[in-house]
Amino acid sequence: MTSLDAVDAASLRSDVPGFQAGDTLKVHVKVVEGNRTRVQVFQGVCIRRSGSGIKETFTVRKVSFGVGVERTFPLHTPVIEKIEVATRGDVRRAKLYYVRGLRGKAAKIKEKRESTPAR
Amino acid sequence: MSSVKSVQGAAREVRGLLGEKVGMTQVWDDQNRLIPVTVVKAGPCVVTQVRTPARDGYSAVQIAFGAIDPRKVNKPDQGHFAKAGVTPRRHVVELRTADAASYTAGQEITAEVFEVGEKVDVTATSKGHGFAGVMKRHGFHGLRASHGVERKHRSPGSIGACATPGRVFKGLKMAGRMGGVRVTTQNVTVQAVDAEKGLVLLKGAVPGARGGLVLIRNAVKG
Repeated sequence: MTSLDAVDAASLRSDVPGFQAGDTLKVHVKVVEGNRTRVQVFQGVCIRRSGSGIKETFTVRKVSFGVGVERTFPLHTPVIEKIEVATRGDVRRAKLYYVRGLRGKAAKIKEKRESTPAR
Repeated sequence: MSSVKSVQGAAREVRGLLGEKVGMTQVWDDQNRLIPVTVVKAGPCVVTQVRTPARDGYSAVQIAFGAIDPRKVNKPDQGHFAKAGVTPRRHVVELRTADAASYTAGQEITAEVFEVGEKVDVTATSKGHGFAGVMKRHGFHGLRASHGVERKHRSPGSIGACATPGRVFKGLKMAGRMGGVRVTTQNVTVQAVDAEKGLVLLKGAVPGARGGLVLIRNAVKG
């Protein structure tokens, strides 16, 4: 049977930085307003990466005016101009759903010590 | 070689192609919208015979697709393919089309016959589901989970009235064999065509399992 990889290869992005749940990301999102586009930065904590290949997604959570906001992006979407990793988080889970129930200082994710050996 | 099937549509110009369903994936369109697509390895097909009203009483084009071990082809079929001057193929289909005269035996047809944005009809044998109950087969809601229902949660309930009519109506939806039948999905949009690799990307789902035979034709309801 023919493989789908050849079809998917056309859509895959090569400029995705390595990141995992717990990392704080700056996602530069292209926003279309009428006939012009601008770039909006969505900054927050990556709480999950899900799926694989072309259908992989990640979710970024931030607290905006006291309200939790989560946005899920396909990892390879052309809507994203670039993804910046602001800080590396030190977490013990792959899915950080527990932060939804926390607020304030408790919801803060510990930063990974740079002195620790690379993952 | 599978049996020759005749496809209706005599007065219309029909473009068709046989292919193999590769699977589903997703692509982004020019407006960055995510589009689910089914990838079909369509063609290359060869014309094995042209039916003319003078000789056959109708006008159609017979196309063949798929590799087959030449030792497995019986003598009558070998002769049929040899007459068209092509190597034997696994599947043969006939398309009733008004412009059959524009084809010649031995001619090759590729995915280029379809253009992007065009509507097509896709025919294939649907996935077999075996003996399925009414909830799966017909979308019945079944009975309640509680309030006294005992061991009947997926049953159809009543199948008719009492002494009048005193029988169960013909054609009543009941449990039975589901799937494994020839199904046509109409008005599927062609998302992209890769003529080089012979791939056609169709928006949404099409019938059948991966690796199954798929017949793509230009839409009846254009």
